[in-house]
Amino acid sequence: MRCGVVVFPGSNCDHDIYHVLKHVLAQDVHFLWHADDSLKGCELVVLPGGFAYGDYLRAGALAALSPIMGAVKRHAETGGLVLGICNGFQVLLETGLLPGAMRKNRNLRFECRDVYVRVERDDLPFTHRLHKGQVLRLPIAHSEGNYEDSPAALDALEAAGQVVFRYTAPDGTLADEWNWNGSARAIAGICNRGGNVLGLMPHPERCAESILGNTDGLAILQSAVEAGARVVSATAAGGRR
Amino acid sequence: MKAKVTVYPRREILDPQGKAIQNALQRVGFPGVQEVRAGKSFEIDLATDDPEAADRELRQMCEKLLANTVVEDYSVELLAGGAGGRP
Repeated sequence: MRCGVVVFPGSNCDHDIYHVLKHVLAQDVHFLWHADDSLKGCELVVLPGGFAYGDYLRAGALAALSPIMGAVKRHAETGGLVLGICNGFQVLLETGLLPGAMRKNRNLRFECRDVYVRVERDDLPFTHRLHKGQVLRLPIAHSEGNYEDSPAALDALEAAGQVVFRYTAPDGTLADEWNWNGSARAIAGICNRGGNVLGLMPHPERCAESILGNTDGLAILQSAVEAGARVVSATAAGGRR
Repeated sequence: MKAKVTVYPRREILDPQGKAIQNALQRVGFPGVQEVRAGKSFEIDLATDDPEAADRELRQMCEKLLANTVVEDYSVELLAGGAGGRP
């Protein structure tokens, strides 16, 4: 499948996700420059981690206004797959493709560690290789991952089943001390209503190869490329390509 | 016309940065500090001399970019003695 990795000035996990998609999952991967306004035919678009535009003003705020994001929005609105990892998640929030906002971590520290997240949805393009209730060990590295929204908006998010990953203890139970950044409802990742846009703070691309000692992140990326391939072949079968 | 825009965390939301600054102020001899909200301020120079137009435009800037209204509030203040050297 044709995958695009958006590169903003200050992105620093772009090569990591490029590597996993291309060399681990054998996909056709392209970098997409922030100043371009075309996705060049990519079916899966990844907004990588980093500090886009230096995180000036707010994390993701300036990146959300870059030319490429207009194309990403149109792609998302027509059901295209969009994955935002860490800073990419922050960009999706600032763009409005996902609801809510990030604040500084509760302890005001940059948290760089492995965390445990529980899978809340296994029927999404990004999670069909996982199962509900499964606990993944994934690395985080951020200082603004403290998810927030109004109580009513959080209730609506829960009711619509848009919470995809939650920080938990290793056994999958909710516990405040395992919610490293203090996120509302222990939210680590959410999707849009259509389920085709996913944002998460942990880094699946940093734990997708056995040589790194952890492959818990691979299933998320594998799910995405398989789902994307299905969309592509269905479209091709429909004679629209 | 010059203006000052202030953006700060919404009152109902915990501001961990403000809380840390409050604790530090209390530690260095200001025990009377009841609350600190840490925000940002922007000095903006606009081409217009029309206060109403300036106010409207500044609020749009806040809604579109300067503030994230999910977690932040903003205030707009037009400053006396605008640009352009007018009396």
